[in-house]
Amino acid sequence: MENKLESNFKNMVLVLLTVTLGIAASVSYVFALTQGPIELVKQEQEADAIRQVVPSFDNNPSADAWRVAVSEGESDNYDYLYTNQEPDSLILYPAKRDGELVGTAVKTFSNNGFGGQVWVMVGFKPDGAVYGYSVLEHHETPGLGTEMIDWFSQTGPGNIIGKNPSVKNLQVKKDGGDVDAITAATISSKAFLDAVNRASAAVSGSVDSYSGATKKVQN
Amino acid sequence: MGKNSIIVLKGVLKENPIFVQLLGMCPTLGVTTSAINGVGMGLATAFVLIMSNTVIALVAKLIPDKIRIPSFIVIIAGLVTIVDMSMAAYLPAIHASLGLFIPLIVVNCIVLGRAEAFASKNKVLPSCLDGLGMGLGFTLALTLLGSIREIIGSGKIFDFIIPGLEEYKLLIFVLAPGAFIALGYLIAIVDKLRS
Amino acid sequence: MGYLIIFISAIFVNNIVLSQFLGICPFFGVSKKISTAVGMTGALTFVMILATLVTYIVQVTVLIPYEIEFMQTITFILIIAALVQVMEIILKKISPPLYQALGIFLPLITTNCAVLGVAIMVIQKSYTLMASVVFAGATAIGFGLALIIFAGIREHLDLVDIPKGLRGAPIALVTAGLLAMAFMGFSGIV
Repeated sequence: MENKLESNFKNMVLVLLTVTLGIAASVSYVFALTQGPIELVKQEQEADAIRQVVPSFDNNPSADAWRVAVSEGESDNYDYLYTNQEPDSLILYPAKRDGELVGTAVKTFSNNGFGGQVWVMVGFKPDGAVYGYSVLEHHETPGLGTEMIDWFSQTGPGNIIGKNPSVKNLQVKKDGGDVDAITAATISSKAFLDAVNRASAAVSGSVDSYSGATKKVQN
Repeated sequence: MGKNSIIVLKGVLKENPIFVQLLGMCPTLGVTTSAINGVGMGLATAFVLIMSNTVIALVAKLIPDKIRIPSFIVIIAGLVTIVDMSMAAYLPAIHASLGLFIPLIVVNCIVLGRAEAFASKNKVLPSCLDGLGMGLGFTLALTLLGSIREIIGSGKIFDFIIPGLEEYKLLIFVLAPGAFIALGYLIAIVDKLRS
Repeated sequence: MGYLIIFISAIFVNNIVLSQFLGICPFFGVSKKISTAVGMTGALTFVMILATLVTYIVQVTVLIPYEIEFMQTITFILIIAALVQVMEIILKKISPPLYQALGIFLPLITTNCAVLGVAIMVIQKSYTLMASVVFAGATAIGFGLALIIFAGIREHLDLVDIPKGLRGAPIALVTAGLLAMAFMGFSGIV
């Protein structure tokens, strides 16, 4: 490398600046390119999740969605640990067919997961019974907590489909409920049911009794 | 055999970054809970390696010695961000399962190591091939480890259930300890085969 | 209670090395002797807390207001690299004995993915500044704990008759696996 640039101050500053600007420009360019698709992917995933958990519908649930404010839930009053990006409301997606409500999908969460937050899309029939669910995001132990993806479904050992949390909160057998917890992952199971119960409370309008202060907010 | 194919093969076999140089262990252990994750992470890293080696070989002469490392890091970080965003847009499922390990390609010792040891001293084509070889070697190692952990730990391979094996699965292999143990024995076996 | 849970969970349950797989390179690299392991832990604790603090402030005051969060990786790695450099210079001037003890580990820390990992994690978990600092400190202690235990085991490993094929890296990895298994026992305490 005989004709390498000399390491004097002017060269160093100039080169570093050029490199940084060049990279910043190309990253910004790619950001502009990918921002649209990333947004689309998110919407698509949301729409998919809704479709999985409610009976077939012909409206656009995302457009009709509204929010129900919730507090943090019973056992996790650590507000001061989180900045205000923390979820303070659940999103409800009404699914309608010929103008009639056939189900409501709720994007709900629990802070009590084994590896932090668990996000679930749960669908309820108009009478409040669980129609289906889809786990959106979790950080549970692979092979144990991750079983929740189909453990609580129709074919799974801990089937919750058809149960109505608005009549009686879902609980694992250990806590006196009637849902079989995932083998060796009781904490994940409880977190999952916590999310479902919270969603149910939001749908039936009895949020107060489940998690304290609430108020209905406009979307 | 041509000189170029020797450069590529060197990265895959003789100087395999994982089995021989023991570089880039964090993603190797962290993401290989399944074969497909191994492939995804391997290819993402390979892409960054090829691009960074090429770019750095192109501009190496223009960069004064004293600010070589910071400049390389900026270039690599930029490329990683580009890969990160592209995967989020076009391969969302894999992107979600690799998570934090994508931005962490920046601090993967292999990338900076090859930039420093090879690309800054060589011409563009050999540097690009070196990146390809190392990237393939890395992908191979991750896929192998991912497959082994998936077969033993979940009784599946690339998400296909292996009949008869599922009931004998050893969960520990998809958990943290299994990663260390599986890689340990894999390196021992590769060592034996090489000598 | 909340901070205590973050603290315990970062040290034992979600140990950065043994369950998050970050910082593996120094974990194997500087774990041959207990004394170097202690030095590395000291340097890392320092850098990790400082880096998390600075990156957090930059994220909140620069990246978010100007909507350039996509520059996060680049910004953070540059901040960490610069911090390490500055610290090396300051230590050399102010406290030569401390520099002697920690100095050689500092350059290694730039490429320690645990530092960048923690800086990104606290943003993703949307912790407050205080919680972030607690998390960073606890993570560094967790790293140190695993590193020092591992170094202790490896010192003894030298004296043991190990099958030829497993000597070196393989036995170190298997040992780390067993250690990870032991740490799994902590899961569920928080």
